[in-house]
Amino acid sequence: MEKFLDLTYNGLSSGAVYAALALSLVIIFQATRLVNFAQPAFALVSAYTAFAVIQATDSYWLGFGAALVVGALAGALVERVVIRPIASKSELNAIIVTLGLLLVVQGVIGMVWGSREHGLRYAFDYKGDFSPADVFAVASIAVVAVLVFVLYRFSPLGLRMRAAAFRPEAARLSGVKVGLMLTAGWAIASTIGALAGMLAGPPFLSPHSFDLVFVFAITAAVIGGLDSPFGAILGGLLMGLAMSYVSGYVGPEVATLAALVVVVLVLSLRPDGILSRPKARKV
Amino acid sequence: MSTEPILRVEGLDLHYGPVQALHGITLSVPPEGMCAVLGANGAGKTTLLRALSGLHKVSSGKVLLEGEDITRLPAERIITRGLAHVPEGGGVIAELTVEENLRLGGLWRSSRTDKKAMAEVLELFPPLAERRKRPSSTLSGGERQMLAIGRALMAKPRVLLLDEPSLGLAPLITQQIFDLLRDLRKSSGLTVVLVEQNAAGALATTEHGFVLNQGKVAVSGASDELLSDERTRHAYLGF
Repeated sequence: MEKFLDLTYNGLSSGAVYAALALSLVIIFQATRLVNFAQPAFALVSAYTAFAVIQATDSYWLGFGAALVVGALAGALVERVVIRPIASKSELNAIIVTLGLLLVVQGVIGMVWGSREHGLRYAFDYKGDFSPADVFAVASIAVVAVLVFVLYRFSPLGLRMRAAAFRPEAARLSGVKVGLMLTAGWAIASTIGALAGMLAGPPFLSPHSFDLVFVFAITAAVIGGLDSPFGAILGGLLMGLAMSYVSGYVGPEVATLAALVVVVLVLSLRPDGILSRPKARKV
Repeated sequence: MSTEPILRVEGLDLHYGPVQALHGITLSVPPEGMCAVLGANGAGKTTLLRALSGLHKVSSGKVLLEGEDITRLPAERIITRGLAHVPEGGGVIAELTVEENLRLGGLWRSSRTDKKAMAEVLELFPPLAERRKRPSSTLSGGERQMLAIGRALMAKPRVLLLDEPSLGLAPLITQQIFDLLRDLRKSSGLTVVLVEQNAAGALATTEHGFVLNQGKVAVSGASDELLSDERTRHAYLGF
């Protein structure tokens, strides 16, 4: 029983990270109909920024803040400079470009900081069951989830962003600057990606720190339904728990395989994901 | 009352790639007037409206709104100058609630919801008031058209372009919408430009009509004259 509780705590805490990354994927998918494979690149750039700032100032929170700001700016910049010129041509092109971007960023980070591991601090003490660091991970994703919900549901910006995503032309006729809304969506998503990087980065950062995490996050987003922010969070937590139980009871070596099994199972029962409303897409 | 047209279009050309869709369209709409733009399928009616509201780039020519050149402005700016466009099918955002659609219409003026404008619109369209918290996807065709017009009115336009509001609606509902537009013109000085397939209904509602044919203004004149002119009716309007 104790082992079960341990695994549950572990699962929730790593699930929070998957949920954050999955949420950032869903926000971009909703805005641009694009699976953003560059998401771990934003997390990487942010986490390395935090690493550098913490080293220079010895303040964790300064580094944390810098990571979120850099994440937001990187997201906005990538949308404006890289994605916008190609997104209108073909969705597939844009997806491949995000994948290329990830490889480039991983390469550049390897050139700047080397491919060896760098120590990145936890926000709080990480020892013990459900340590303060775990609590922080779960609490921060809960706060993000509430903020995203309030932003989309109740704020004028959220209304504009939803209108721009659902019916760009109707949104323009109501005076919405659709391009600006896309940039805002990318900035918000990559800020959340930066948060995920700060949660998943410690104890050691390397250019490939987030590869496996991202595989689980994509899985979480897909099983939750790429169209549903709550599905992403639910999917993230479920993935965290499932991976934790599988590694604990069966063995860590089958965790990745288990992720695949989960996707196949969920998608054969609910092809659009757990929380997504099935609907036809216009081509 | 000034006789200066509120909306003037001068020599408008528009191309879709190599195909020219509008050929030197020139027309003017008097303030607080109601005009019909008629013509067969493919005559360029929808294209003309989309050019006026900034959804299509024009190749040459000018669009003047109250004397101000708005030809090159993007759609999201033109609405702020006082020209609203209800596109074909209404463009209601089905994923948003009725109230959210209406709020969206007024957002460019202020981030705070304009409660007064909202109340006025809901009073004009009682069915919307009953369903304000419901997703727009649950509305009937007529209610959707009302919502589309209501959303445009939330922007407090001086000119309203309507693309086939009667599409798919029962004649009785269409008549209600036409009547409402006439009332609005009287009460708030709105100018309406109506694109219609239903030429007889549109001419009965408006004072002036423009008949497009193959991207050109073929005939224009007072609506009652167009309605009684047998040659125009046979040649272009099909009744």
